[in-house]
Amino acid sequence: MTERFVTRGFTGRPRAAGASTPGDAASRTPPGQYLTTDFPVLSAGPTPRTPLDRWSFYIEGLVREPVTWTWDEFTALPAREWTVDISCVTKWTKLDMRWRGVSVDTLFEHVDLQPNAAFAIAHADGGYTTNLPIGDILNGQAFVAWEYDGKPLAPEHGGPARLVVPARYFWKSAKWVRGIRLIDQDVPGFWEGLGYHNRGDQWLEERYSGD
Amino acid sequence: MASPIAWRLATVTGVRDETPTVRSFTLSIPDWAGHRAGQHVDLRLTAADGYSVERSYSIASEPERLREIDLTVERIEDGEVSPFLHDVVVPGDRIEVRGPIGGYFVWEASGAMATEPLFLVAGGSGVVPLMAMLRHRARTGAHNPARLLFSSRHLEEVIYREELDRLAAAGDGLEVAHTLTRSQPPGWMGFARRIDDRMIGEVLAPLGSGARSFICGPTALVEVAANTLVRIGLPADRVRTERFGPTGT
Repeated sequence: MTERFVTRGFTGRPRAAGASTPGDAASRTPPGQYLTTDFPVLSAGPTPRTPLDRWSFYIEGLVREPVTWTWDEFTALPAREWTVDISCVTKWTKLDMRWRGVSVDTLFEHVDLQPNAAFAIAHADGGYTTNLPIGDILNGQAFVAWEYDGKPLAPEHGGPARLVVPARYFWKSAKWVRGIRLIDQDVPGFWEGLGYHNRGDQWLEERYSGD
Repeated sequence: MASPIAWRLATVTGVRDETPTVRSFTLSIPDWAGHRAGQHVDLRLTAADGYSVERSYSIASEPERLREIDLTVERIEDGEVSPFLHDVVVPGDRIEVRGPIGGYFVWEASGAMATEPLFLVAGGSGVVPLMAMLRHRARTGAHNPARLLFSSRHLEEVIYREELDRLAAAGDGLEVAHTLTRSQPPGWMGFARRIDDRMIGEVLAPLGSGARSFICGPTALVEVAANTLVRIGLPADRVRTERFGPTGT
């Protein structure tokens, strides 16, 4: 459809100044998204529960020496607060979500990436995977969080720890993340292999394969 | 690079009430390539000034119906799209739609799935994608043992109640168990509480742990159902979930 189709009778919510979506919030809402104050839960299967004494986090693949942290070691890494806007491909956007966690940059300080390491696959309990170019998770663009809104991250929201990549649709923010594998060729993750976009930039509305 | 899932113009050819707050819409889509039971579509509404919104809705109809789909939509009081669909849309209107979307929460009457026991758990309008599976199952003549455990608040809020009664009476291996959580009519023989592990165990028992399960509803219901099934011994990759609604507390 080259010309814009107008839906008969649809006006939408009032959009004048001072309406339900203030200007700042409107400018932070990607195309096709609506603002929510809830924190909806979406998962493809049951919520895994790994006891913290059996939990670990690894970086492996194209690194000189793989590294593994226990829960205590991981949460002792230099952490910080992150306040970010999150957009889910199911159309909700939630502003100013407060997390605590460690940046992927900090994690990568503990490994020597080989020059051909170009893509990352996040692995999670339950078998979930998602793929990201390394360039999309460096320089403060991604972190692994274990607190949300001042409290331990709830299991249904991905606890004990979740990858968070705010500049991508939320399926890239793997719940129950347990490790990152570095590879030289891009490989689709779980949803990326089921018709969702390989990159998932919400500002370009990259929802589905081919968008 | 895959080609994009194109926006198509659907024509509304039917509107019918399912319950006081739930309505089904039949969309005719001449170049619809078909879908699988459990998938959803995106709708896009655009105002004259260019403002537009999108929402995802599960497909309620079976794939055997060609070139048209049914959507079943609950009216969300403070929503922006569902009140428009309920209050404004009439047959003859056209709406932009694209899909089908989603390839995991899918049941097909082919291969192993056609004969494996099927255990469906629904809360409220979470029944919609499961109804597509049951309609598909009926249309293909599948006889695998199947159970739907369906939680609604009141009897008059049970979506597809008469059709579910008919499907369960067909003698093809399907049984439907209802629970009414807020009020029950006199003489009610079904469950009368929120879905819990005991209820799931009771309904699932005849199917055994070899069942394949699909669960759709509010988060609290999905959590209880999925956790219980894993505890009973269903492999996690045979328990597929779709969730909606606020997280509640």
